[in-house]
Amino acid sequence: MKKLLSIFAVVAFAYTANAGTLDDVKNRGFLKCGVTTGLIGFAAPDDAGNWAGFDVDVCRAVAAAIFGDSSKVEFTTTTGKSRFPTLASGEIDMLARNTTWTLSRDVNLGFEFVGVNYYDGQGFMIPSALGVDDATGLDGATVCIQTGTTTELNLADFFRANGIGYEALPIETNDEARENLFAGRCDVYTTDASGLSATRAQADDPDKWVVLPNIISKEPLGPLVRHGDHQWGDVVRWSLNTLIIAEELGINSSNVDDMKSSNIPEVLRVLGVEGGYGEMLELSNDFAYNIIKQVGNYSESFDRNIGPDTPLGIGRNLNALWTDGGILYAPPFR
Amino acid sequence: MQNNLFQDQKFRGILYQTLVVGFFALGLYFVINTTAYNLEKRNIATGFSFLNNPAGFDISFSPFLDFKSTDTHLKVYFVGVLNTLLVSFCGCIAATILGFIVGIIRLSSNWLLSRIAYIYVEFTRNTPLLLQIILWYAILIQLPRIKQAPQIWETFYISNRGLFGPKPIFLDGSNIVILSLVLGFIISFFIARWAKKRQDTTGQQFPTFTTNLSIIVFLPLVVFFIMGSPITLEYPVLKGFNFKGGAVIRPEFIAMFLALSIYTAAFISETVRSGILSVTKGQREASGALGLKKYWIMRLIIIPQALRVIVPPLTSQYLNLTKNSSLGIAVGYADLVHGFGGISLNQTGQAIECMAITMATYLLISLTISFFMNIYNRSIQFKEK
Repeated sequence: MKKLLSIFAVVAFAYTANAGTLDDVKNRGFLKCGVTTGLIGFAAPDDAGNWAGFDVDVCRAVAAAIFGDSSKVEFTTTTGKSRFPTLASGEIDMLARNTTWTLSRDVNLGFEFVGVNYYDGQGFMIPSALGVDDATGLDGATVCIQTGTTTELNLADFFRANGIGYEALPIETNDEARENLFAGRCDVYTTDASGLSATRAQADDPDKWVVLPNIISKEPLGPLVRHGDHQWGDVVRWSLNTLIIAEELGINSSNVDDMKSSNIPEVLRVLGVEGGYGEMLELSNDFAYNIIKQVGNYSESFDRNIGPDTPLGIGRNLNALWTDGGILYAPPFR
Repeated sequence: MQNNLFQDQKFRGILYQTLVVGFFALGLYFVINTTAYNLEKRNIATGFSFLNNPAGFDISFSPFLDFKSTDTHLKVYFVGVLNTLLVSFCGCIAATILGFIVGIIRLSSNWLLSRIAYIYVEFTRNTPLLLQIILWYAILIQLPRIKQAPQIWETFYISNRGLFGPKPIFLDGSNIVILSLVLGFIISFFIARWAKKRQDTTGQQFPTFTTNLSIIVFLPLVVFFIMGSPITLEYPVLKGFNFKGGAVIRPEFIAMFLALSIYTAAFISETVRSGILSVTKGQREASGALGLKKYWIMRLIIIPQALRVIVPPLTSQYLNLTKNSSLGIAVGYADLVHGFGGISLNQTGQAIECMAITMATYLLISLTISFFMNIYNRSIQFKEK
């Protein structure tokens, strides 16, 4: 009986354990990261079956910071609906899945957004043959929408505010929405503008589709962790910040070794030559060096996955550094 | 003394049962306690107050209630329940009819017919239902686009946005027409009862079917013209992006309806077949010797006896169909799981509450079906006189 009770106790406690994620990850030897079921440019397996993308790079940066090896990540695919329970239950350590930072998710769902890696807004994509050039001309249209997202609510608000009608077709994944749109089951697909660009890039003839200029919402997308484990939240937050700071300081994956002998103090602090900032996070002092060496800085990741030279062809716009007219800004590394 | 007590079978029985109940209660306590503890620790709000908050999203498929994004989550729930009941009800009726036909065809002496029925049964019941739903939807999505929708008499349109047709508009005085229709059914019911009684006692037959059909059709028709045609039709017209006006059946509903009824009908047909085969050969031969026609042998001798075997498994097929309707989420059919157990859950984050309510609702629907089927079952059982 005593033995049985102790088993119960162990089960109960194992389940409630929620602090010490960093130690769990270190002991396990790899990071568990939640991503989308496949959104080209943000998170999708490449031809060799390796996960690649802008969100994937955040996971890789965290792995590089902890292990000095960006490949030590196990990716878990999540839908718009399954992502929060998967994170809350501890099945994954962090979620990097173009998730919008909102008050209720931050507070009511018990999560912690550690920052923003992409400033997005909700847009509309239609066949160019429809000849509509403004979203207010979509009265009576059938709209495909990914269910379980903030876009669902924004859509209802937008049409209500403009006094026009529509018919919603709620769809579970981006792939299903794409099929329905291409088959003509719906006239319009609405999601974050970045997601629309990704979907358009997958069309047989991308020129037959246009993304309307209307942006109807703020969608700050960023990685998140469970609320309450601040040490772990700090590790993820500063891994993300490192990507941005590296771009600000002009450090990239090819010059990072030369930069170690730079005469700028902040560069030396970032690369762990001076100060003990890694130790404050319970990481090695060269954690930022590893991130930049293996993943690159923010602009490298952007250009590689979603930038103008990729099929998505997204410009920096809002996501340019604050010094370049955007709003990308990271607190000082000090 | 203690040894004796343990050798007492009755005492042992009570002891073991107490232990089992005790462990079950302990397990339940741990689950509830851990859940409550974790919810609180992670600052996840609990309670049912979210039901009165505005939903904030739209549901397009709501044939019974008018739904706006400013309505509450509670209304999302009712819309979902009604949509679940709609597809389950239509599915059960279609599956029963198709199942009976296929079951009888499988026993037909026509080799080709019975083979076709055999292939249909084996194919549908041995492939996953989810795949069948997706298959039907994939086919329906490939129908012509809305702008190229083929039309029949400028009344019916077929497209991948659904089947469009005229919608009846009820004007003043239409309720009298509907009332006369109901009256027609009531009169027919009594005529049928009277005719059956007369036949039972005197053996005289009465043309019940034709009489009742004319009452049900002509009575409302006459009233309709007397009242000055208070029911008109509204035709669908292509305006802008979609058809405006008229009635529509969405491909999501059609896919669910077809998949559920065709899948379940395969199981029902096997039940029907086993029921018919359970009636001994002698019954058939004896009724043949009395000079009854084949149709009447089936209807009067075989089916009533077969029903005793058919109905109990038929009930569980109805339950299966109703529960399987929750797969509607795969094609975006706005049922209970999709709307309340899906979108509401996700927007409010009240997973435990939403799932508990959804499960309780399915339980209630299932128990209600069982209840009525059990009453029906008792009414057809063999009564010893």
